[in-house]
Amino acid sequence: MALLEIERLEIGFGGLAAVRGASFAVDKGETHCLVGESGCGKSVTALAVMGLLAPTATRKAAGLRFDGQDLSGLSEREMSRLRGDRMAMIFQEPMTSLNPAYTVGSQMAEVLIRHRGGSKKAALDRAAELLERVRITSPGMRLGQYPHQLSGGLRQRVMIAMALMCGPELLIADEPTTALDVTVQAQILKLLDELQRELGLAILLITHDLGIVARVAHRVSVMYAGEVVETAPVAELFGAPTHPYTRGLLSCVPVPGKIAPGEPLGSIPGIVPRVGHGFTGCAFRQRCDLAGPDCEGTVPRRTLAGDHQYLCLREPTEIARS
Amino acid sequence: MVLFLFRRLVVALLVCTAVLVFAFALTRLSGDLAISIAGPNATANDIEVVRKAYGLDRPLIEQFFDWVGRAAVGDFGQSYFYKEKVSKLIFDRVPITMTLGLVGLSIALVIALPLGVIAALNEGRLIDRAISLVALLGQALPSFWLGLMLMITLGLYLGWLPISGTGTWQHFVMPGLVLSFSAIPALMRLTRSGMIDAMSADYIRTARAKGLSRGSIILKHAARNAAMPVVSIAAVQLGFMLGGSIVIETVFALHGVGFLAWESISKNDFPTVQAVVLLLAIVYTLLTLLADLLNAVLDPRLRAS
Repeated sequence: MALLEIERLEIGFGGLAAVRGASFAVDKGETHCLVGESGCGKSVTALAVMGLLAPTATRKAAGLRFDGQDLSGLSEREMSRLRGDRMAMIFQEPMTSLNPAYTVGSQMAEVLIRHRGGSKKAALDRAAELLERVRITSPGMRLGQYPHQLSGGLRQRVMIAMALMCGPELLIADEPTTALDVTVQAQILKLLDELQRELGLAILLITHDLGIVARVAHRVSVMYAGEVVETAPVAELFGAPTHPYTRGLLSCVPVPGKIAPGEPLGSIPGIVPRVGHGFTGCAFRQRCDLAGPDCEGTVPRRTLAGDHQYLCLREPTEIARS
Repeated sequence: MVLFLFRRLVVALLVCTAVLVFAFALTRLSGDLAISIAGPNATANDIEVVRKAYGLDRPLIEQFFDWVGRAAVGDFGQSYFYKEKVSKLIFDRVPITMTLGLVGLSIALVIALPLGVIAALNEGRLIDRAISLVALLGQALPSFWLGLMLMITLGLYLGWLPISGTGTWQHFVMPGLVLSFSAIPALMRLTRSGMIDAMSADYIRTARAKGLSRGSIILKHAARNAAMPVVSIAAVQLGFMLGGSIVIETVFALHGVGFLAWESISKNDFPTVQAVVLLLAIVYTLLTLLADLLNAVLDPRLRAS
C-alpha cells in the first residue's frame, strides 16, 4: 500500500526544468532508494514532497499524495503541521543542519512541543529516549550540549533522533552519509536499517552511491535528467536492469568477480543535456546506442512482471541484446 | 567562559592605559598651555607665573604620573574655566548624556530591528528597497537640520514637545529621536544582512522540515544568529551617542558631557578635556566588553574558544 505517491511531478527554476514528470511511489514500511547523478532532480523531488522548495521554484503534479491525502492542495500552514510530525527529513550536511545557538535538547524538544504540545520536561525525556535509540551514549549529557561539541557522525544521529520525535511514517534522507567517514557511514546506514524494521518506518533514501542502494534498498527508482526512468525491486534492478541508462550506470560500478582486474570499467558517453521546459522525448537519447528518431516523441512507461517499470520505447529483449 | 572573560578584561585594561597616555599627550601637543591659559594680553612674566602655578614647569613625565595618580582616586583636579572640581562638572552632566544616549539607542533599536527583519524577509522586493532608501536618507540628513525641523514642527507648530532644556522626560524625546537617526541605517543594514544570511542557512531548512511555525523560525532560529553583529554595532553606536552628541546637545541646549567636552576644548581647559576623554574611553571600552559578553551568551561557540 502506497504511503507516498508521486505522479508526473514537474519542478522548474526559471527556464530550467529540474524535474520533468517524475513518477514513483513509496510503500508503507519500505526503504525506497532514489538514485541518480548530481543535478538529476532527486533532492529537489524530496524537497517538493516536504513543501520546502525555494519560493522561486514552481511545482506542478498530476498527483502528490501522502497516505491518500493530496499534498498539492495544502496550505503552507497545513504542510507545516505534517512536516516533522508524520513526515520528517534529514540532510546531507550534518555539520550545518543543526542550529549552532541552541542545545541538542532544546532543538529536539521543540519538535514534539510544536506538534503534540506537552511540557518541555516530557519532550526532553522523549529526546533522551531517542538519543539512546540511535545509539548515543550518555544521552542526558548530550541533551545539554551544543552542536559544535559533537562530531559529524553524532550530529547526524541527533538529526535522525530529532526526525523521529513524533514517530513519523515517512523519513526522507537526502544523502545522509555522503559527508561522513566510511566507517561512520556504515554505522548510520545500519542504524537507519534497524529503525526502519523496528518502527515500520518508510524511508525515502536519496543517494548516488549504488553500494548503499544494494545494501539497504527494498525498491529503487533511478532518476535521469528530471525523470524517473526505471523503478524496480532492488534484486530485479541489479539482476535485470532494463533502461539503457540504468544498464550504463551499473556497468560503471566495479563488482568483484564480475570484472577482471585490469579490465576497464564501463562509462556512458556524452553529457547530461540541459533541459528546458519545451524539451520532449527521451532525455537520454543522445547518449543511447538504441536511440532512433522515434525517441524524440512521447515515451511510454512500460510495466514488466514483478512491479518493474521503465521509461523507454524499446522492448527488454531488444535492450538486452545490445 | 572564565578564561574568555579574563582575556577580554585584560584587553580592556590595556586599551584604557593607552587612552590615558594619549589623552595626556594630545592636550600637551595643542600648544603651550601656559600661554593660552594666561590669555592674549598677558606679559611674559604673567605666563611664567601661570606656568609655575599650574605645575607646567615640571618635567612631562612627572606631570603625567601626578595626573594618573590623582585620576586613579577620582581626582581630576580643578577646572581652569569653571573654577569647579572636574569630577563634579562631569558627574553633574553624566545623567543627561546617559539618558539621551539610552533614549537615542532605544528609539534606534525599536525602529531599525523590525525594519531590518522586514527588509530581509522581502529581499529584493519593493518594500526592501523602500526601507533601504529611507535609511539612506536618514543617514544623509544632517542632525542639526533634522533637530531644527523637529523643533519647528513638533515643538512650535504642534506644541507636542518642549524644544529645549532637560526638565522632564519629554525633553529627551526630540533629541533622542534625532540622535537615533544616525544609528538607524547601520543597525538596520546589519540586521537585514544578518537575517538574509541566517534565513538561507541549513539549520533554517531543518527548522522548516521540523514543521516549526514561521514566527519561531524567524524569531527563534534566525534572529539569534543574526543578532551578534547587531549587538556589536549597537554598543559602538551607543559609544558614539555618549561621546559625540555635541551637536544635538548644543541644538537642544542640553548641558551634557558632549557639550562640556566642546566647551573645555575651545577654552583650553585641559584638566576637563583629559578627564572627559578618559571617561568616554572607559565607557567605550566597557560597552565593547558588554557587547562581547552578550555575544558569548548568544553564541556558545564563542564561550568555548
